[in-house]
Amino acid sequence: MVDTLVIPILKILIVLNATLVAVTYMVLLERKVIAWAQSRLGPMRVGPYGILQPVADAVKLMIKEDITPTRADKWVFTAAPIISMVPALIVYAVIPFGPEVNLFGRRVTLFITDVNVGLLYIVSVASVGVYGIILAGYASNSKFPLLASLRASAQLISYEVAVTLTLVSVILMAGSLSMVSIVRAQESSHLWYAFVQPLAFGIFVIGSLAETNRAPFDMPEAEQELTGGFHTEYSGMRFALFFLAEYANMIVVSSVATTLFLGGWLRPFPSVAMLSVLDVVPSWTWFLIKSFLFLYFFIWIRATLPRYRYDQLMRLGWKVLIPLAIANLVVTGIVKVVLL
Amino acid sequence: MITSTHYMFLSAALFMIGVIGVMVRRNIIIIFMSIELILNAVNINLVAFSAQLQNGIGQVFAIFVIAVAAAEAAVGLGIILAFYRNKETVNIDEMNLMRW
Amino acid sequence: MGEAIAFYFIAACILGFAVLVISTKDTVHSVLFLVLDFLFVAALYVLLGAAFLAAIQILVYAGGIVVLYLFVVMLVNLKRPPEAHSDPHRQTRLGFGMAAAVIVELGAVALYSTGKPVVPLASAATAAIPVSGNTEQVGWLLYTSYLIPFEIASMLLLVAMIGAIVLAKREL
Repeated sequence: MVDTLVIPILKILIVLNATLVAVTYMVLLERKVIAWAQSRLGPMRVGPYGILQPVADAVKLMIKEDITPTRADKWVFTAAPIISMVPALIVYAVIPFGPEVNLFGRRVTLFITDVNVGLLYIVSVASVGVYGIILAGYASNSKFPLLASLRASAQLISYEVAVTLTLVSVILMAGSLSMVSIVRAQESSHLWYAFVQPLAFGIFVIGSLAETNRAPFDMPEAEQELTGGFHTEYSGMRFALFFLAEYANMIVVSSVATTLFLGGWLRPFPSVAMLSVLDVVPSWTWFLIKSFLFLYFFIWIRATLPRYRYDQLMRLGWKVLIPLAIANLVVTGIVKVVLL
Repeated sequence: MITSTHYMFLSAALFMIGVIGVMVRRNIIIIFMSIELILNAVNINLVAFSAQLQNGIGQVFAIFVIAVAAAEAAVGLGIILAFYRNKETVNIDEMNLMRW
Repeated sequence: MGEAIAFYFIAACILGFAVLVISTKDTVHSVLFLVLDFLFVAALYVLLGAAFLAAIQILVYAGGIVVLYLFVVMLVNLKRPPEAHSDPHRQTRLGFGMAAAVIVELGAVALYSTGKPVVPLASAATAAIPVSGNTEQVGWLLYTSYLIPFEIASMLLLVAMIGAIVLAKREL
């Protein structure tokens, strides 16, 4: 009873709360890092060094007036941010933060569940997340958001193909779809898959930048293009949900990349016995460090690169990334068969 | 105890709803969506029997049905778009260019 | 017991959303109810132990095909306001007549089949699968016994893709 009901509910509560707090502080982290990259200081007024800025942002967005455009589809208008946010959160059900540990005398696994088709679950949930963007643009009953949402969703479904093909190469290497098995396969082969499959890693990073509508692929939501994109007509708490959904997607993508390519909860050089002094750091801390490095990389890219034009973006996705991903898959298959 | 008969009834009911949708509605996109309901009803039947007989053949067949449904949806919607560009209607009663 | 509750709940949702799909006036709402329907069908597949097929259902059907329908609906609604496409219901009696015929036939099948033993399929494909787990079994069948239909399905998808692009282009 305790094992099947109470512990999973506790895990879900902890993971959800940690994710939402992390998402809120991602906003502050991004503003600070971009500010430092531009030789300025970022938010400094609210709290010491601007630490309480997310609280101020949340209060501001919550007390704003709730505007719905006239002749907009009320139900769909309200549902679109929710449809955007939910897939970003439910992916955490299959991400492993660590192996089994001993907590209060009980063996507790540091993941909520280990589904046999974990990676396929993540991909399918990500493909449902497109609906939030399409419906947001449609429900606003206004030309600019509609065109922007069509562009954004076309971008998302194009890069989904390339990202899924790279994930298939990882599945070929690991021999299983379950996320925990993939980390254990990296443990037993003593090499993180980022070194075994560098091209797949590169395509995954570029593809996930496009999937989460981050710079340099953020044409659909930049303020200079199409007056703010698909969330033009949204204000207050609904806009906050879209905003948070984008950052939650970023964190999810970082977690997935960490698990698949950077070894999940493993410490660097897990087989070298001399470095076993690193074992004092618990497994989930390694996971958080690697995810954080990924997130910092995302923000760094935003501060550095200019924006892609839309046709350049689509050309990159269809004509460059997909053939490269297929070629990577073919070579991986041949190597697996020859070196079997 | 849920036996395969329950799944058969569910599949037949979904099939009926799809057939009624094809017969009753005049908007061609809704007719296409009712056809998708019919295909899903067939899939539920296949998977239910695959689970009862502990044979994976049913699920393989269901995967092929999904692949064919995807192909049919793509081509069918392409035809609808091409027709809409010419005649500005999605009412199936007005799609009578080839009637004698 | 839990399985029965889950089955009845999922079945009620599937049939309810299907009825809403064919009876809603607004096409976009119809498409959204179709997505919900497919998600509940995927839940039914999980209940039947077909986890791989459930993920494929969400990925391909709910996340691919219905997105296509949504795009077409939005492109068709773009030039005209939604009220211009009126929908006089015809053939209603024929539709309900066919439904009644299917109910009668099902009742006859159910009455006839009570008490007959279930004969399992004894085929070579079942006995010789050396892997365990749902995804591995389906993969084994797809790549050994049903390889030719698999390749033909991929050719079909290629042809459909080319056909859809040619049909929907503005100028050839």
